[in-house]
Amino acid sequence: MLALKVEKVKKIYPSLTSKGQEVLALDDVSLEVNKNEFYSILGHSGCGKTTLLNLIAGFEVPTSGRIECAGKLVTGPGADRSMVFQDYALFPWLTVYDNIAFGLKIKGMGSSEIDQVVTRFAALVGLSQFTGHYPHQLSGGMRQRVSIARALVVDPTVLLMDEPFAALDAQNRGMMQAEMIRILNEESKTVVLVTHSIEEAIILSDVIVVMTRRPGRVKQIIRVPEPRKMVEDTPAYLEIRRHIRDLIAGEHDVSETI
Amino acid sequence: MNYLRSMFQLRRLVLLAILLASWEFASRFILDKTQATLLPPPSGVLKGAMELSSSGELWKHVLDSLRREFIAFCYASVAIPLGITMGCFKWLNEQVDPIIEILRPIPPIAWIPLSILWFGVGNVQNQFIIFLGIFFPILLNTIDAVKNVEPSLIRAARCLGAGDWSVITRVILRAALPQITTGIRIGLGVGWMALVAAELVGANSGLGFLINDARTVLRTDFILTGMLAIGLIGLCLDRIIRYSAKTLMPWARSLNS
Repeated sequence: MLALKVEKVKKIYPSLTSKGQEVLALDDVSLEVNKNEFYSILGHSGCGKTTLLNLIAGFEVPTSGRIECAGKLVTGPGADRSMVFQDYALFPWLTVYDNIAFGLKIKGMGSSEIDQVVTRFAALVGLSQFTGHYPHQLSGGMRQRVSIARALVVDPTVLLMDEPFAALDAQNRGMMQAEMIRILNEESKTVVLVTHSIEEAIILSDVIVVMTRRPGRVKQIIRVPEPRKMVEDTPAYLEIRRHIRDLIAGEHDVSETI
Repeated sequence: MNYLRSMFQLRRLVLLAILLASWEFASRFILDKTQATLLPPPSGVLKGAMELSSSGELWKHVLDSLRREFIAFCYASVAIPLGITMGCFKWLNEQVDPIIEILRPIPPIAWIPLSILWFGVGNVQNQFIIFLGIFFPILLNTIDAVKNVEPSLIRAARCLGAGDWSVITRVILRAALPQITTGIRIGLGVGWMALVAAELVGANSGLGFLINDARTVLRTDFILTGMLAIGLIGLCLDRIIRYSAKTLMPWARSLNS
């Protein structure tokens, strides 16, 4: 069953100067995302992976091609594609509780029902003790947990994640990746994650989409043999990591010689 | 510990105390009688202040001035919705911005002659001048605040299902609030200064009127009392807004620094 379908999407940015060239950011990108699977989009910075995510979210419009979410054409942002941002983008004037409740209030849910849902998701991300705190009182990792809970409560068809752990230090990043696996075990979700970390993609994904560099195209789609059970430094892990590394390194060379 | 800390705070007032003491000394023992009339000693000012306040006259003028400031502020607060719409809609900003850019550099005081002709001497003229003082700082800060709202906050709201109206009321207005408050604080300060100027020439009551009226009967102690009241009230207004903003918006970093 398809949760998301990206069909021959092209994105051209107009040049910033009058004589400058247009920028072809994405060219002929097609992707089919199955329900309850975790997809990572992997590539160099500037390969258009964030552009692709913004198109799926509906923040930007493709120049040509179409994107469908659960069979419905994407025309703008909506709660069926909620996003977790790299800089968390929490509302600083709301407590953890109210940040998580934001999407439910927009939906017009009653306050007792909101209370139930928020309590459940605060517990899911391990923040039950902190619902009265403001974001500025929390650490980076805790803020990202709030952001994940806030995006999950609206029960999106696809959860979008834009380099969600890139701003964290190595230790916290590892912990948050483990947390993510635990959360997905309890709450199965379709996820599209953008990252430049090969290791992160292998640890979290069912499917890894490697992108080419400028213009961004899909270079290869790789199925991870044992999703979310890959153990670091085992032959299978090292094998897939070497394979992806070669794919991306090859990309690098191509762009250098051009 | 607390006692020690408050003692330490008092240290800041040493210079002020020395200055007041030398003023008292100079006014009593160095200046001759005419000069001392022009600069009465602090004790004399205090006596004048007691006289003014016990007769109730001081409070009448204070209330009149505050009432004008408050009414003008109520009118000037249309700057908030105007600023938000201007910040949200480019075409409106394009049209209104040139008008504001021309009007803004004209000090409120420069409007006094024209406003006396328009409204005569009295409340309406005074309020008009104060309105001009309050309006522009609020408007400019509001527009700026809306422009500076983190785009990712708006995106976050949109992908949680928020429509245009929700984005404006739940995100833009809230995110802009600290800077709007700064605009209000600056505006009330400018308005208070403009108020006194307006009352000097175009009023029959108020603190500005009080000090100008005292001049005609050479009551310099009343003049100084009035000036002191203007300063203290201005300070209080500023502190009250600052304090309430900090308490109501503990999350706003710009207010806490």
